[in-house]
Amino acid sequence: MAELNIEKPFGKTLAKLGDRYTNLVVVDADLQRATETSFFQARFPDRYFNVGVAEANMVGISIGLALSGKTVFCGTFACFASQRVCDQVAIMAHVNANVRLIGIEPALSSGNNGATHQGMADLAMMRAMPNMTVCDPGDATETIGIVEYMLEHPGPAYIRVPRGKAPVVIDPESYAFQAGKAKRVREGRDVAIIACGIMLPRAITAADQLALEGISARVVSMASIKPIDENEIISAAQDVGCIVTAENHTILGGLGSAVAEVVTQDCPVPVIRVGVADCFGEIGPVEWLAQKYGISSSHIVAASRKAMEAKSRFHYSSR
Amino acid sequence: MDTEVRRIHRLKRKCVEVRRDIVEMIHRAKGGHPGGSLSAVEILTVLFFEVMRLRPEEADWPDRDRFILSKGHVTPVLYSAMARRGFFPVEELTTFGVPGTRLQKHVDKHFLPCVEVSSGSLGQGLSIGVGMALADRVDRRTRNIFILNSDGENQEGQTWEAAMAAAHFNLEKIIAFLDNNGLQTDGAVGDIMNIEPLEDKWRSFGWHVQRVDGHDVEQIISAIDLAKGTKDQPHIVIADTIKGKGVSYIEGKYEWHSHSISDEEYGIALSELDAAERELEEQEQAAWRS
Repeated sequence: MAELNIEKPFGKTLAKLGDRYTNLVVVDADLQRATETSFFQARFPDRYFNVGVAEANMVGISIGLALSGKTVFCGTFACFASQRVCDQVAIMAHVNANVRLIGIEPALSSGNNGATHQGMADLAMMRAMPNMTVCDPGDATETIGIVEYMLEHPGPAYIRVPRGKAPVVIDPESYAFQAGKAKRVREGRDVAIIACGIMLPRAITAADQLALEGISARVVSMASIKPIDENEIISAAQDVGCIVTAENHTILGGLGSAVAEVVTQDCPVPVIRVGVADCFGEIGPVEWLAQKYGISSSHIVAASRKAMEAKSRFHYSSR
Repeated sequence: MDTEVRRIHRLKRKCVEVRRDIVEMIHRAKGGHPGGSLSAVEILTVLFFEVMRLRPEEADWPDRDRFILSKGHVTPVLYSAMARRGFFPVEELTTFGVPGTRLQKHVDKHFLPCVEVSSGSLGQGLSIGVGMALADRVDRRTRNIFILNSDGENQEGQTWEAAMAAAHFNLEKIIAFLDNNGLQTDGAVGDIMNIEPLEDKWRSFGWHVQRVDGHDVEQIISAIDLAKGTKDQPHIVIADTIKGKGVSYIEGKYEWHSHSISDEEYGIALSELDAAERELEEQEQAAWRS
């Protein structure tokens, strides 16, 4: 894969769009460099509020701003943006507040901050909350697309944002994010890999490796976790016959669960889920953690072989 | 009798009317939160019938004053005040707590859009008020944000996060009431988890603090006037109240935080409220004569 990266696509896009969207306000909880909202603050100081280390208050204030007609972006580390403020998010979702809650450095992408900062279950928690849109962009293109989309489409949302540099996997020229719409980034007929977040580039690396073995892998980027693109999932099940999901998240309740829910109901085929086993993490470089906790590209490769094996057994037993 | 005195009498009689609604609603629904509803009657009556700029026929009027019920369980007092003020038909009060009703036991914006926000999870109202006040500052609006907090909510950490923020941002348009009835679900606030010294706490957080008799409508009105004239600080009015005020067997009893009202108890409450109304009439007549 060509190594093309964009520096801080989230924060820079938000700041860029502040001119056009005068209703946009940003609330921060003492993490403006991590959340990249310092760019917005520099340009629009009157529409930026830092509430200090008080995440519950940040969400409450954001609800109040939204109920006064503002489009609000607020954020903190993904672990706190989910676990710490779950009850406040319930009110936010209940009143359909136009708040976009940003979860920075989700799960193992938090790397050297260790277990307390590795929110493994944010997608599961947010997905189970009525009214919420939940996103985990796989690259800079999707990240920018989500920010643009969220400024035009009101309602409560949770968005995972990778901090800092993000790769470009999807060509921005032909892309516009839409909630509930996946992006097929590679065609294939033997196995379908459905990935989100930092797993998208890994899924492509895995597909490249599988290609060397003569295995043709379809790769789908599922940045919209909720609503989820059921048609794309059913199409993967029908056309390809087995699915691997790949997420930087606990194996419980996230992308893999969401995909399996659709598949089991509408078109049962084997689904092998790549994700963090039901456990806490530790410190380490992201790639080292990915290897140790089972979410590297080689884990996707292994899961793909397993899925294809299951497919052949499945087909045999269905006959 | 001058108009000022007449106005105060009108408010006092409105308080009796609201108390009657509260008792009626909870009796009919076979449950609710009578104690904290009855303690907040004068505060809500003053706000809805005297102070707040509202347009019941246009509930989302952009320049309305805003009211946030942070202690979201005392819906009977809010629903009565809103219905009597014209936000929805008074007859609808009979649907309180009935399956399918708009009048949910904890206030619910989903069913009743004329309320500002859903609540019930305590300790969040002040933060939401801070957000609304910040939005008004961005938009250069000058309305007030009124918030009703319970004393128990002072035990929630988020209350103090919001208190800090309101003072930090100099949100002078926030006027919060603390319904200091001294009782919570499990007992006396001071026994369960002491929140005193309240005035010192709020003052040290940078708030303009006043203390009033929460059943004295004139003191409540004066406190709001003084708050409006005091700049650069958020305002809290600590209203000392009696939980269950106006119904003898509910007054001062923590067990009545959440409780049903039997037919017999309902009858007693109505006769006590009738007596209170007669007493007010006599006071009015005495005022006329003088």
